[in-house]
Amino acid sequence: MATTPAVTDDKDLTNPEDTALAGRRDGDRSVVRILLRLWPYVRPVRTRLFTAAFVAILASCMGLVIPLVLKWIVDGPVAGRDPRGVWLGALVLLLLGLAEALLFGLRRWLVARPLAGVEASMRADLYRHLQRLPVAFHDRWPSGQLLSRGTTDLMLLRMFLAFPLTFLLVNGVTIVVGVLIMLAQDWTLGLVILGPVVPVIVVCSVFEKRYADVARLAQDQVGDLTTVVEESVLGIRIIKGFGRHRSQSRAFRKLSRTLRGTELRKARLLAAIWAVIMTLPELAIGAALVLGTVQVADGALSAGTLVAFLSTALALRWPVDSIGFLLAMTQEAATATERYFEVMDAEPESTESVKSTGSRVSPEDTASEESTGGLRFHSVSFRYPDAPADTPPVLDRIDLHIRPGESMALVGATGTGKTTLTALVPRLHEVTSGRITLDGEDITAMPREELRSKVAVAFEEPTLFSASVGENVLMGAQPGAGERELERALAIAQADFTHALPHGTGTQVGEQGLSLSGGQRQRLALARAVVGRPRFLVLDDPLSALDVHTEAAVEAALRRVLAETTALIVAHRPSTVLLADRVALLSGGRIAATGTHHELLRTNAEYARLMSGAEHPEAEHLEADGESGEYGETVLEKENDR
Amino acid sequence: MTAAPTTTAPNQEPRKDRPAGDPPEAGDAFDRDALPTPPGATAALLRSLLAPMKARVALTSLLLLLQQAAVQAGPLLVAYAIDRAVPAFRDDRHGPLIAVAVGYLLCALASGGLQYAFITASARVNQDVLLDLRGRIFRHAQALSIDFHERYTSGRLISRSTTDVESLRELLDEGLQELITVIISFVYISAMLLWLDLGLGAVAVASFAPLYLFIRQYRRRAGRVYAVRSTAIAAVIVKFAETMNGIRPVRAFRREDANDKEFRVLNHRHERKNGDALLEMARYVVKSRLVANTTVAAIVLWGAYRVASESLALGVLAASVLYLRRLYDPIDRLGMFLNSYQSAAASLEKIAGLLAQTPTVPEPAEPKPLPALASEQPGREVVFDGVRFGYRTGGEVLPRFDLTLPAGQTVAVVGSTGAGKSTLAKLLARFYDPTAGRILLDGVDLRELAMPELRRGVVMVTQEAFLFSGTVAENISIGRPDATREEIERAAKALGAHDFIAALPDGYDTDVRKRGGRISAGQRQLVAFARALLADPAVLILDEATSSLDIPGERAVQRAMSTVLRGRTAVVIAHRLSTVEIADRVLVMEHGRIVEDGTPAELVAATGRFADLHQAWRDSLV
Repeated sequence: MATTPAVTDDKDLTNPEDTALAGRRDGDRSVVRILLRLWPYVRPVRTRLFTAAFVAILASCMGLVIPLVLKWIVDGPVAGRDPRGVWLGALVLLLLGLAEALLFGLRRWLVARPLAGVEASMRADLYRHLQRLPVAFHDRWPSGQLLSRGTTDLMLLRMFLAFPLTFLLVNGVTIVVGVLIMLAQDWTLGLVILGPVVPVIVVCSVFEKRYADVARLAQDQVGDLTTVVEESVLGIRIIKGFGRHRSQSRAFRKLSRTLRGTELRKARLLAAIWAVIMTLPELAIGAALVLGTVQVADGALSAGTLVAFLSTALALRWPVDSIGFLLAMTQEAATATERYFEVMDAEPESTESVKSTGSRVSPEDTASEESTGGLRFHSVSFRYPDAPADTPPVLDRIDLHIRPGESMALVGATGTGKTTLTALVPRLHEVTSGRITLDGEDITAMPREELRSKVAVAFEEPTLFSASVGENVLMGAQPGAGERELERALAIAQADFTHALPHGTGTQVGEQGLSLSGGQRQRLALARAVVGRPRFLVLDDPLSALDVHTEAAVEAALRRVLAETTALIVAHRPSTVLLADRVALLSGGRIAATGTHHELLRTNAEYARLMSGAEHPEAEHLEADGESGEYGETVLEKENDR
Repeated sequence: MTAAPTTTAPNQEPRKDRPAGDPPEAGDAFDRDALPTPPGATAALLRSLLAPMKARVALTSLLLLLQQAAVQAGPLLVAYAIDRAVPAFRDDRHGPLIAVAVGYLLCALASGGLQYAFITASARVNQDVLLDLRGRIFRHAQALSIDFHERYTSGRLISRSTTDVESLRELLDEGLQELITVIISFVYISAMLLWLDLGLGAVAVASFAPLYLFIRQYRRRAGRVYAVRSTAIAAVIVKFAETMNGIRPVRAFRREDANDKEFRVLNHRHERKNGDALLEMARYVVKSRLVANTTVAAIVLWGAYRVASESLALGVLAASVLYLRRLYDPIDRLGMFLNSYQSAAASLEKIAGLLAQTPTVPEPAEPKPLPALASEQPGREVVFDGVRFGYRTGGEVLPRFDLTLPAGQTVAVVGSTGAGKSTLAKLLARFYDPTAGRILLDGVDLRELAMPELRRGVVMVTQEAFLFSGTVAENISIGRPDATREEIERAAKALGAHDFIAALPDGYDTDVRKRGGRISAGQRQLVAFARALLADPAVLILDEATSSLDIPGERAVQRAMSTVLRGRTAVVIAHRLSTVEIADRVLVMEHGRIVEDGTPAELVAATGRFADLHQAWRDSLV
């Protein structure tokens, strides 16, 4: 299967969480300790929850009193042939029954809203927290993994709080009370009933552990399967384009068969637990029946006692049977809690300025306004936090100064870290060393909120949210910005097409709305970046998806915007580079040269190659192949002329 | 990884901002995630899934029948013990008691053993059904044509094969087994009660009437609540996923607090609906319990009265009471079954709707082979013969189109957005079939070619360069699965991609984790090209395939096309005219028609649109 990228070793597909979990699993994994972490969320509803548990215990014990009433009826009025006494017994029975039903209802009513509330507040916290985790965290974690924590896992936790937590307690108490009642009725029979308790507990705990392992395995395999499904949908054009749907199907089939095998193993374990839980108590009840019958025959026991005893034993069937699945649910809840807190434990971006050092501008920088203003990189190095320590940094001691009002193009070969560099300015990633200053102020010294209101970004992959066109664009503006700002931004980005949409700028776009073409999205992203008239503008290859005419129009409008902002523009093409006053060439993680486009074109071979595709600017047309040579020539002549 | 069953995309209420009678596109079934499910399709799907397992379903049912018989024999033995064994034992006859002992032993063993057999057997049936269904959805989704995928968002398709299948799994695993057990025990116990004593049995059966009413009422009311709740959770999920996927702009534009606020509203709405659903369940439980407990009291009253007046045996009363407890035990669980049934039914309907979509680009029944290559050259001739094409949503994109591309020619197609360039490419790659006319590859209609044959003939590289999880080498070898490492490297070298790949931590064996993770957009496009190079097709289509490449990258691609791919027929679509440099011929398209056709030099020299475009482009370079 090595030929199909979709199918890789299980290891390759595992998620960051699995390794974390595996580590923890080896250690002492105490379910109770894990679940105790839920306490802060449960605390606000504890009164209701405890009351509900108490009510449930009460209701459950009502059920146990019923057999005693039955005994009284059999041994009293029935044995005494007293039909009127029967009425009394039945009335008591009816009242007990009504009370039981109402108490169970009360329990559910008590917890329904509070538990929905616990689930919601945990979800809100998760969402809040995730929004503030470093971008590097999101790079590592697929959104599906995060989503499943916010949905399935929280639902499991709500169910855990509603049932297993309460009923482990309730059933425990019920069993103890029931056993006490039975022992009080007839202690020999009671002991017989107690016989299977130890073996059932032993068998359950053995199976439970194995079941938990298999269940986790199945969960992971479902994850792998989902990955294949996801990729085969997202990559459908490639699969179709290369006719690979059969091998993709094979990969899918193989994984789904593996999953089936695991599920069957899980079922066998479950079946075994069930078989034991059903058979052993039933045997004990059978033994008690035979023994009881002998005692009744000998007159050592009343018929009513035997009936009461057996109905108590049967009433305890559900509490005993259910312990298996309650424990299984508890296990799942513990796993869900772990998964939830794996994310919640990740450190968010600090809200305040972290570095106290470097917050003040050092003396040599205050020398003149000229040298402190604008956007400045001071010996900035960057390595991805998850990269091995011995790999060379992506960016190595970058020194760059974009003066106030100046726009600087950033040029470099594919994969030299241009996009990474732009991500450092709004602190989507943190510099590994060195610092970045805006108008002389260290960006780590100002609150992120303030930093990001000063710097506007247009990303290489333009993302629109499920909102109207207008809302998407105005996201980049100060609150309260209106129609005028919107129109201005749309005009700069040449996004007039928005007025032709079904509902104009009120048209819904994004995942839940109209889908726009790459070029259209790019123009909206650009409008979003310029709408707030930011002091600093960072544009990552902002025109790549536009056709020639549109590109020219956008450039003309953008020039006016750039005249009054300090801008860093990642560029691949001469046309985009020419928007900027100066160019910086990024090469091997360092700034190799700065200067105007034409200076660099003349003096820097690498730059010339990047802008023209030729090794040496002069030699390009000589090398150009075949009949297309003329083109290369005209282009270059034009470029070199300037 | 699986989201909850309720996360399936919702049956959204029709949007209010849409006036009725909008163009078909606006009120489209696709927009609302409500593909029309032909009447009966859901039931037919279920039948066809279960049909191959008839025998095993029968066996499973038989196991359950026997198991329930063993389980329900208990109270009967109690009655027998009290009414027969006790008097017999007093008379020193031990036979009946031994019979009770043996009977109970056997029943206990049988109920446990049969339970084991039943669970494993039904798990096998369930898993096979799920395996079959997963496979069907997957294969069907793969077989459906690109125009379907363009309209049915990936999120929906993924939730069809994950959460929707999951909710069916829950029904099969827990719900269905529960339901069958409940039904069988209802039938058994009612029969037992009636057999033990007609009168008492009749009272028990009579209690079914109010129970049935309550269940029906619950189903109706819970159905409504659940539908609203599933819409509510879907809204939460969409917001959640969108935020996480767009975390960079969220951060950069300081959307956190605004998002928190919006999320709080959605989350709170779901919280209310969730609480409503739980309360609905509470109401049902109280009502049904009241009926059950009242019935028990009534039966005890009447039964004890009759025992007291000696018209009923004590053992029969005892057994009846024991049975009654068992009878009413599972009514809570019935409510849970109804929940899972409802969500599974909704899911199954969505799946059936998906499966009812027919692929618009079917494989030929009797494929024809491509003729042997006419010349030394690896390229093939392409002919568009009277081709028309319009998207389903209306509007003709290509009104009657004729074009012949000789083998080995490199053709550049230019024109503004919406001129039909991409449609042309997609028709040639057979992502769509023409509405009328035909497209011939060396004289053979594309529709008559088997898929593998077609894919050896025509390969398309698009703007979006998707990387599958796996290594870089594996991603390149999608083009030709049997390629050696040497061939893979040669392809990468030809495009100038070798250097950056070799510089990755594990070189060609680097995992591209998380859909391309830190491989830049330009590098991804180079990998996509390497795929195409390795595939070595007769016809190569490049649809805006160089948009993210820098100029050296673009040059490398052009060099590769004029060396490694020399002699192939190539269709190059680009809005950057630099790509046009390598073309033998340029087509300028507008409104689905070719308005100019000639060599680049001819067109530049003329005064047509291409000359204008070219001028604009040249201006843009400086």
